[in-house]
Amino acid sequence: MKTIKIIKEKHPLVMRWTHWINFPILGIMIWSGMLIYWANDVYTIRLFGHTFFRFFPDWFYNALHIPHRLSEGMAFHFLFMWFFTLNGFFYILYTIISGEWRELVPQRKSFKEAWLVILHDLHIRKMAPPQNKYNAAQRIAYTAIIVMGLGSVITGLAIYKPVQFYWLCWLCGGYHLARIIHFVLTLGYVFFFIVHIVQVILAGWNNFRSVISGFEVVEEKPKIIVAGKALPPTKIIQLQPRHEPKK
Amino acid sequence: MNLKNKKVKKELTVDQKINRRNFISFATFFVAGSTAVGGWKWLYNSPLEKTEITGGAHKPLRRALNKTELFFRNFFSNNHEVKTYPKSMAVKQIRVNSDVGINDEGFKPDLWQLNVITGLNQALKISIDEIKALPKTEIIYDFKCVEGWDQIQHWAGLRFVDFVEHFKLTELAKKQYIGMETPNGEYYIGLDRESALHPQTILAYEMNDQPISLEHGAPLRLIIPVKYGIKNLKRIGTISFSDKRPRDYWAELGYDYYSGL
Repeated sequence: MKTIKIIKEKHPLVMRWTHWINFPILGIMIWSGMLIYWANDVYTIRLFGHTFFRFFPDWFYNALHIPHRLSEGMAFHFLFMWFFTLNGFFYILYTIISGEWRELVPQRKSFKEAWLVILHDLHIRKMAPPQNKYNAAQRIAYTAIIVMGLGSVITGLAIYKPVQFYWLCWLCGGYHLARIIHFVLTLGYVFFFIVHIVQVILAGWNNFRSVISGFEVVEEKPKIIVAGKALPPTKIIQLQPRHEPKK
Repeated sequence: MNLKNKKVKKELTVDQKINRRNFISFATFFVAGSTAVGGWKWLYNSPLEKTEITGGAHKPLRRALNKTELFFRNFFSNNHEVKTYPKSMAVKQIRVNSDVGINDEGFKPDLWQLNVITGLNQALKISIDEIKALPKTEIIYDFKCVEGWDQIQHWAGLRFVDFVEHFKLTELAKKQYIGMETPNGEYYIGLDRESALHPQTILAYEMNDQPISLEHGAPLRLIIPVKYGIKNLKRIGTISFSDKRPRDYWAELGYDYYSGL
């Protein structure tokens, strides 16, 4: 049977804007954060007394022109922190008001299903669990990234004003731990970004377009609907496929 | 009315809808994206401020720093005190990070006097013994450097509020800012009044129960826990009061003037 194209609404306007606004802002926050971190770059990965990695090697700093720019880094960081926070705030507010959070927040089954999604993505398993807008792994990832963003704001404030916001600093486990969490979250964003880009490439054009245009194009077989039992069985009414209701 | 020119609005086909919406959204995306890139280039290449009280920062970023300061000053309170620690946690070797302003040879601490500017061509000269005769306050707290390191240090001296009260500077201290400089004038800081008068701000003359060493600013230095280390001036030579922001060494080099914690 011939298929017909239909427009399937996917991402609301607010989600698309906040997503794309966040992208450069987060980039600037990570970059300016590195300018700041350089001034006291004490973190290493150490196991059993052996240092495996130092954040960051000199070649890395030099390639990105990071050294000796602490004051500049702070000036950028303390301007763009406002945009980062406000954009995240609008996003969360929108998902709550619109009800989109239902599509985003992990469900009880999500944690089990996420493994199946990963196995499917790695071509180990043929079938992926059924999903709505987001699959189980996406629900977990996209909620985690918001929690991480909130964590960055909170730990950031704790490092920024450890005396005035002493209770935030206490909540983060003290000045040192707050700085470590702030740093590790940043590594988390970079990791998220890499996986995210790979997934977007694998998912293809239709999916990518939906984050800009808001919709996907779906090829569907025309639905045949039998309208009621009272009608004689031969009388079939063919209807146009319905558009998804706008969210 | 020419009815023939009035086209009957036909329902768009699915393909037309797809094309139209793609065009609008991608055009918006590229316009917004280009604007963002342009905006970033403008900011990144924006001119540096002229060095006056502050310097070294891109002009728009300095404006942002100053506005951000105003916002966060709302949260300042004398009731917000820096966390203190038991003496056993204080480091034995206090880190020396800089000798700006105190590296001139031949400085004689014995001849030192504190110079408090009280008016035009008027100054109060105070000796270290006068200061040491007043009640001593100890503080063991986590000293924080703008670079990102911190250290639990043990200092003792005269609280700045007590100093102001004893030397009858209360009226002068109603001015919005307090400036401090080293005797040679090479390092200088500006403090907002409320931070200077915070109950934990100390004119220190002892560290780890000993007189402070030259490299830590003997005979008298500032310990101000509500600020980064850059505001903790060593070897105070002059103190002045003003309603305008006094010049500040690190603010002239691109750092935030307030630098409050």
